[in-house]
Amino acid sequence: MKLITERREISSRLLRFSAPIVSIAIALFVAGFLLLASGVNPLEAYREIIIESLGSIYGLSETLVKTTPLIFAGLGVSLAFRMQIWNIGAEGQIYMGALGASGVALFSGIGNHWLMMGAMFGAAFLCGGLWAGVAGFLRARWKVNEVIVTLLMNYIAILWVDYLVYGPWKDPKGFNFPLTAQFSDTARLAEYFNTRLHSGFFLAIFCALVLYLFMERTVWGYEIKVIGSNPKAAQYAGMHTGAAIFFVLFLSGAIAGIAGFSEVAGLQHRLQHGISPGYGYTAIIIAWLAKRSAIGVVIVSFLMGILLVGGDSLQLLWQLPVAFVYAFQGLILFFLLASDFFIQYRVKLVKGGRHA
Amino acid sequence: MLEILLDATVRAGTPILFATLGAIINERAGIINLGIEGLMLIGAVAGFAATHASGSLLIGVIAAFVLAFLAGSIHALITVQLRGNQIVSGLALTMFGIGMTALFGKEMVGLTITGFERIAIPGLSLLPVIGKPFFNQDLLIYFSFVLVALIWLFFYRTRWGLAVRTLGENPAAADTCGVPVNLYRFLAVTIGSGIVGIGGAYLSLASTPMWIENMSGGRGWIAVALVIFAGWSSPRAMLGAYLFGGITAMQLRFQAMGTTISAHILQMLPYAFTILVLVISTMRLAKGASQQPESLGQPYDREDRK
Repeated sequence: MKLITERREISSRLLRFSAPIVSIAIALFVAGFLLLASGVNPLEAYREIIIESLGSIYGLSETLVKTTPLIFAGLGVSLAFRMQIWNIGAEGQIYMGALGASGVALFSGIGNHWLMMGAMFGAAFLCGGLWAGVAGFLRARWKVNEVIVTLLMNYIAILWVDYLVYGPWKDPKGFNFPLTAQFSDTARLAEYFNTRLHSGFFLAIFCALVLYLFMERTVWGYEIKVIGSNPKAAQYAGMHTGAAIFFVLFLSGAIAGIAGFSEVAGLQHRLQHGISPGYGYTAIIIAWLAKRSAIGVVIVSFLMGILLVGGDSLQLLWQLPVAFVYAFQGLILFFLLASDFFIQYRVKLVKGGRHA
Repeated sequence: MLEILLDATVRAGTPILFATLGAIINERAGIINLGIEGLMLIGAVAGFAATHASGSLLIGVIAAFVLAFLAGSIHALITVQLRGNQIVSGLALTMFGIGMTALFGKEMVGLTITGFERIAIPGLSLLPVIGKPFFNQDLLIYFSFVLVALIWLFFYRTRWGLAVRTLGENPAAADTCGVPVNLYRFLAVTIGSGIVGIGGAYLSLASTPMWIENMSGGRGWIAVALVIFAGWSSPRAMLGAYLFGGITAMQLRFQAMGTTISAHILQMLPYAFTILVLVISTMRLAKGASQQPESLGQPYDREDRK
């Protein structure tokens, strides 16, 4: 008796669709043992996560608050994925976006709310875009590995923000905390229902729709897909792959940068140390789970939002480190990758020896 | 002055050296491993925990190797046996490592151990300038010297090394010659991961004998970039790692001297410099200065063989 694998001629839709759900379920099961090992009853923990994130209007609003930056960053990463470009730098692009938006809010002196919003948005878009654009340029010009460049630039972006909030931009009245002065009301997004939910969330949904139309209904969107799946054919068809690589990474970073705008204008109302607790890394998982679909990004971001809100409450209740969420996300990816195998291949038990 | 700077260079470069060597073994067999950062953390926490529990540094280093070996086997299983996406699997491994070490390292924050101590090699340590920095160091640093030589010998002077290199270039050819592709790739990933783990252990057992959450601070990513600088060769990895050790040492020296330049700006230097080096070595690569393993990143399926 021997196990053999053979490639499936057609992979079933049912398998494809259920794979992410099954992966999350298995990851929850395995993570349960990790929780047990650290002295927490997993069933209680999971119940807590659901109650905290979905059990009340306030909980739900907090989940949406966390979903917001995830949607932007997830959209950015998944746009690059479309072209088989890896933007691992969404985290840094969020920081740069926040930096740009904060610079405008603090120093531009614009008096009109809408003008201010536009300028902050534009600054965040540009800062995030150029930050990723560096990697895009290097990749397009000299084929420099964009995974490493975007990743290393995260560290630099975080240090830039730290430099500013510990140094020149520090609030003189802030008791020496690493943060800038609060923004004026002109530089704040509207909030709703007496919660922290702000218009950034609706902007994120709007962005997802725009990106969906861009990818599915425009020639550019089509070209990005072609270049991603078959760069040689794209070149024969006269598409400018180099320019497209730069453009896509720029746009990818710019969208992630909007998350920075939305965080400082909608939620924090100032620039401070640790403005993103790793949204940019979670975005990579979101993009992968969403299979590059803009609508999928919104759904998966919401699931991850639940996880993050739940993770916070686990930290409060059982002193679990926040980074535990990363372990869980890593597990989801492992099982998702493994499930891809079973979508593509069939495993059979056959009689006989080596040459059967 | 130069002696002190060189000494700090070697000490700061060693964890990156181990990590780069481990990554080279992975990539020589054709598997990209972006889990280096996570593996370093796993090695750091495992090494510290085992040393704290047993009182033996040797047991700490072995534990770091074994735990990173096991974590690496997840990546190996997914990328080799299941032919999954190597980039995503590596990223998952890094996230997994960051999360797991934060979870299980929580109890160990604030504990102390006696770390590796310097042992002067008689004679050699008296050499001018290079004597102290290279031959008045701890055992792990001496081990890294030996490892650099061993890995070079393995790849260029043994039949097995040739087989592993062929896996990175042309796995179908290796398969035809009867090399067990999946087994060798699996071993290259796991053993390479174990060596990365020793690099992590250097951080928690020698650099600063304690456990700090996320203490690798991006060194794993620097190592991934250094593999390209090193042109997949272990002696050049040594050069690259010390280059970075040098930048770090200088940066720390500046801070100690009380410069007016912000510490945050100085801390950017190693990362910015890595990007610069990556760009230059990629340009050299294009000119054919060294060769990237031909099949790097591609899963191997015998059914696809032409």
